Amino acid sequence: MKEIRWHGRGGNGAFTAARLLGLAASIYGGRHAQAFPSFGPERRGAPVLGFTRIDDSVIVDHSQVADCDCVVVLDDTLIDVVDVLRGLKADGAMVVNSGKTESEFRKRPGFAGIKNLVILDGTGIALDILGAPIVNTVMLGAAAAAAGVVDIADAEKAVEALMPEPLAEKNKQAMRVAYDKVRAVRE
Amino acid sequence: MLRNEETRSSRQFLSGNEAAAEGVRLCRPQVIAAYPITPQTTLTEKLSQVVADGAFPCKYLLVESEHSAMAGVMGAAMMGSRVFTATSSQGLLYMCEMLSYASGSRFPIVLANANRGTATPWSIFGDHRDSVAMRDSGWIQFYVESGQEALDTIIQAYRIAEHPEVSTPVMVNIDGFTLTHTYDPVSVPDQETVDAFLPPLKTTNRLSLENPKNLCFNIGPDFHMESRYQEQKAFRSAEKVIAQADGEFTALFGRQHHGMVERYRCEDAEYVLAVMGSVAGTTRVVVDKLRAEGKKVGLIKVRCLRPFPSAFFAASGGSCKALGVLDRNISFGYEGALYTETKAALYRPGATVRTLGFIAGLGGRDISKADLELMYEKLENLAAGKPEEEHQYIGLRWS
Repeated sequence: MKEIRWHGRGGNGAFTAARLLGLAASIYGGRHAQAFPSFGPERRGAPVLGFTRIDDSVIVDHSQVADCDCVVVLDDTLIDVVDVLRGLKADGAMVVNSGKTESEFRKRPGFAGIKNLVILDGTGIALDILGAPIVNTVMLGAAAAAAGVVDIADAEKAVEALMPEPLAEKNKQAMRVAYDKVRAVRE
Repeated sequence: MLRNEETRSSRQFLSGNEAAAEGVRLCRPQVIAAYPITPQTTLTEKLSQVVADGAFPCKYLLVESEHSAMAGVMGAAMMGSRVFTATSSQGLLYMCEMLSYASGSRFPIVLANANRGTATPWSIFGDHRDSVAMRDSGWIQFYVESGQEALDTIIQAYRIAEHPEVSTPVMVNIDGFTLTHTYDPVSVPDQETVDAFLPPLKTTNRLSLENPKNLCFNIGPDFHMESRYQEQKAFRSAEKVIAQADGEFTALFGRQHHGMVERYRCEDAEYVLAVMGSVAGTTRVVVDKLRAEGKKVGLIKVRCLRPFPSAFFAASGGSCKALGVLDRNISFGYEGALYTETKAALYRPGATVRTLGFIAGLGGRDISKADLELMYEKLENLAAGKPEEEHQYIGLRWS
């Protein structure tokens, strides 16, 4: 089972990303998935969480996610506010949307030892392609490349299913750019 | 006849609320009345959308309160309509007065309740205190484990409620947030198969010019006890009808939900935990893990609080050395409601099984796999003669 935690601020689509990933992995990827938000009321701008579980068999676990194979941070100002490293497995991936460099991040407490750390200027990609700083699909593309949580073609189908045109086309494009960028750094 | 669910259904990624709404849509109620309340809001939101889209002929009443929602569907039920409403927590409590009108009048109403704690301290988070407080309202009560089971149970609920020997309303309880706001792949059956399982409602318990009768009447001491006896008889009939409905559902849809109660890996089990609702799923994971380690553990999933599967518990025992009961509710001054019910059902001459009552998951507190493992450990301790208090709080931060 793969468990992914999404950190965002209310309104920037962290739970939509969690849901897109679950939809992609289950309905289009033929696997099983579960997606849920941090339960309770949500306020715009407040720190929120999204979770996705992916497995080859039916997921019946309804407890909260504790240990993560991948953590995705949609807004780097959250790093000073919440413990984004909590529960990250030793071989887990940390994917952060930030304009800062990886070496700057490595100086932060807890970040030095992360084996699979990806820092991507997702906001730059989103502004460029979507014309708005909404980074959920961008960061889904980055997570697909960094942690192999989903096949990018399945993620594209999920975006098509959940978003109307022309929004879907633009989001697919933004997601693909992020995916290719992270893949290029990897290779 | 077995149909292939793969070809006759669609697999969709739905929240528990959306799955329940799909179940309602497929049952084609003629009147829906609801007042929006968290966390069932998206259930009624989706239904109002499909009704507005003309998916099936239905009158959707956006009423001013839950009390009116129940009164509204009762009015429609009096005309022989199939009806639906949904609520949660304080909304269910506000509906309380009307619940006994509906059950005493024997209207086959189906209600979905998103389980949530009750005020105060006010909380929108999940536990079972709302519906457990309505235990004696005369409604059949189901507790489900997943979005799929929510969808399937709503379809079964109409079949059970509308059975002439039952003619009693059914409440389908869905854990707030843990199920209502969690997305899962759900198999949505096709209309034809649901129609084959659930024919249109035909009832004589309705107003009619040809056959005039009085409904929702009052009666004095000369007939009141007899009326209550009829309700109790209906619940006894429901035990049989629930099992039949589940059997036929399994044959048509290929999914089994085990009627009033399910045993999971209880063969030769020495330490068994009884639970209701979504925590049953997490407990399955823990049972599988402990079984792999060679521990003889099992799970009893209580799907119906009313009618209560008392005969099941009376007949159980065998290899079981210690039975734990997990309650996401508490009756102050005593213990968890499921624990009380279970112990009463177990009580008989020569009963040897020892019991523990666990309270956990109140007001949205997570019940982790480690919490559940701890409960099994305590059951093992109890059976080994080690001291364990009968009533225990799991996950309590301070006492």
